[in-house]
Amino acid sequence: MTVASPPSFDTGLQPQGWLKYFSFSLDHKVIGIQYLVCGFLFYFIGGALAGVIRTELISPMSDFVSRDTYNEVLTLHGTIMIFLWIVPVVNGGFGNYLIPFYVGARDMAFPRLNAVAFWLIPPAGILLISSYFIAGAASQSGWTAYPPLSLTTPAAGQVVWILSVLLLGGSSIFGGINFIATVLKLRRPGLKLMQLPMYCWAMLGTSVLVVLATPVLAGTLILLSFDIIAHTGFFNPSQGGNVVVYQHLFWFYSHPAVYIMVLPAFGLVSEILPIHARKPLFGYTTMVYSIMAIVVLGLVVWAHHMFTSGTPPWMRLFFTIATSFIAVPTGIKFFNWLATLWGGKIALNSAVLFSCAFIFNFVFGGITGVALAQVPFDIHVHDTYFVVGHFHYIVYGGTVFVIFASLYHWYPKFTGRMLNEDLGRLHFVLTFIGFNLCFAPQHWLGLNGMPRRVAEYDPAFTTLNQVSSVGALLMAISTVPLLINVVLTAYRGKIAGDNPWNALTPEWLTTSPPPVENWIGEAPLVTEPYAYGQEPGNLDVSRLRGRDLWTGKQ
Amino acid sequence: MSTTLPSSASAIPADAPVSEHGSLVGAELSSEAHPDFRLFGLATFLVADGMTFAGFFAAYLTFKAVNPLQEGSTYELELLLPTINTVLLIISSFTFHRAGQECRADRMGASRAWLLATTVLGAAFLAGQMVEYFSLPFGLTDNLFASTFYALTGFHGLHVTLGVICILVVWWQARRGGAITSSHHFGLEAAELYWHFVDGIWVILYGILYLL
Repeated sequence: MTVASPPSFDTGLQPQGWLKYFSFSLDHKVIGIQYLVCGFLFYFIGGALAGVIRTELISPMSDFVSRDTYNEVLTLHGTIMIFLWIVPVVNGGFGNYLIPFYVGARDMAFPRLNAVAFWLIPPAGILLISSYFIAGAASQSGWTAYPPLSLTTPAAGQVVWILSVLLLGGSSIFGGINFIATVLKLRRPGLKLMQLPMYCWAMLGTSVLVVLATPVLAGTLILLSFDIIAHTGFFNPSQGGNVVVYQHLFWFYSHPAVYIMVLPAFGLVSEILPIHARKPLFGYTTMVYSIMAIVVLGLVVWAHHMFTSGTPPWMRLFFTIATSFIAVPTGIKFFNWLATLWGGKIALNSAVLFSCAFIFNFVFGGITGVALAQVPFDIHVHDTYFVVGHFHYIVYGGTVFVIFASLYHWYPKFTGRMLNEDLGRLHFVLTFIGFNLCFAPQHWLGLNGMPRRVAEYDPAFTTLNQVSSVGALLMAISTVPLLINVVLTAYRGKIAGDNPWNALTPEWLTTSPPPVENWIGEAPLVTEPYAYGQEPGNLDVSRLRGRDLWTGKQ
Repeated sequence: MSTTLPSSASAIPADAPVSEHGSLVGAELSSEAHPDFRLFGLATFLVADGMTFAGFFAAYLTFKAVNPLQEGSTYELELLLPTINTVLLIISSFTFHRAGQECRADRMGASRAWLLATTVLGAAFLAGQMVEYFSLPFGLTDNLFASTFYALTGFHGLHVTLGVICILVVWWQARRGGAITSSHHFGLEAAELYWHFVDGIWVILYGILYLL
């Protein structure tokens, strides 16, 4: 291994204090916070757009916004929530903050690339949102941008949308390369792969998916932009093109994208539950193999989004079976989490409440997912609100709940102060009720045939839509206690101390917030990150090593 | 309960490699140099880049299998020029390999000569591509095959152009007193890996576009 001595990049020019969060900082912790805060800003914008959608759907007629505006709103809502909120936060945010700690490093493998990856996001987001004002009309073809719809809607907005997604894809690929190099290459000497905290494995699997799948989306969108700008006919049937090829290429990325959004959440939950249940993570090895199985299977299930696109029978058969198989490794993970909680000394704080709600929501979303994998059922509910409900149970009920759990869990490490538990539980109750009220009725709507992405609907669906909108209102209200909590805590929050949860994973074995290079002196070697099971008071992790952490021998 | 292992972090020797975070908070910084995984990172990126091509290839093959061209259009391509181009690119991989060997053996003059030879071969490839573009009987939007042909070869040609620029930069850096020496030659290695990748992609592209 050659050791480079990079020139000290703008030495002394990196600002201190709050200004550093607006700088081209190379510190992985600063970049992680940048991702998080930036992501939350876009979450509020995307949430406001969701509010517009749910307001429009209170009544069967299109009376709140025009039909074209409704299409723009649903397109921007989907794109922002996926590419600017969930993917950056759950990968870039927590990944950048935690992974270097977990591998015992002082930073990511490529700190400068890391900063570049983050700073691609704000311009891409501004570009996307500004298309609503500048180009006259934002993209109207949904986050999938299926041709020929994306070829017939206003071109300028669609091209800006493509540019924005290309920038975000580039950011995602740079991040993925960085995580792979960090986990595989930058581990502290003496730390073996099978001793890493589970989030490292989740991020490794996610990053493999990012590196393999995202470039295909980029290539596809470049071809789509040729169709729009240069009037080629790749995906234009009137010029001999083939729309189904677009769908194949698009879903080759966008199905793995679901795992890019969900696998890191699996990893984060695997960190949170053992600490608060005071038990070791159940089935570490099976967890690792499950992640790998999900990565491999996740790459070969994409056509289950296309059962109504003239897919030949053999393809339907293959993709139904492959998709159903994914339930096995996912199920293993769920039983592992339940077994982790089983008999544990569970602290029912906000982090655990959100994590347990994640398990509940994701099991529900997973069951409807297995149902959707079956061709006869899928053909019945394809492009209906059933799919919208399923998807939100996976991505909101799954990943976003985990983001909140992680926020409550790691906020003390980020800032040195605890978030208020009462406000946290209020936030949880509102979110959980609001979420289920909003998205559960959509399954009924879909089964009865209400199509997605349409501003108007049959008046028979009115009541359930209104219930759903009330749920959305509750979800909007639920952000209030969260915001109050964050603002209030910044001034008068309880001082957390270095390790408020008595945790064993490495990020807790340093100060809160940690120093610039994570540890003063050598990084601790944590070979058993989940060795809980004794009275917290007697636990002196600084003296325990290896198996002794488990048996408690000093 | 923090585990602060005893270590004299403040005793940083003056000539120690500077860590990535510069002199932010002097006493807290380690004296460890940031390890160099740039070649590993580049290889990972090339996997990603290869997947872009894989997507294009898959699209092309599917188009060819299921979308018949309209009357009068043709798939036929002249084979002579692309075959010469293929040979040029394969030779250029060997010349670049020689340049790397000479560099590691500290014969920078010879290394630069081989780099120049690689540049000439790459430029000749691009010139050949141009000649082919201007002699083809179809334009970008004529039919699906034409569009895919230009998209594939154009995207690859973009890679070759970037590669030629990189080689010229490396050639300049390998001069006496330049940044690349027999012991510090990451730039050369990176450009070489990239060049081999671009050559490999061309061989696949030649196979499925011209021969299949």
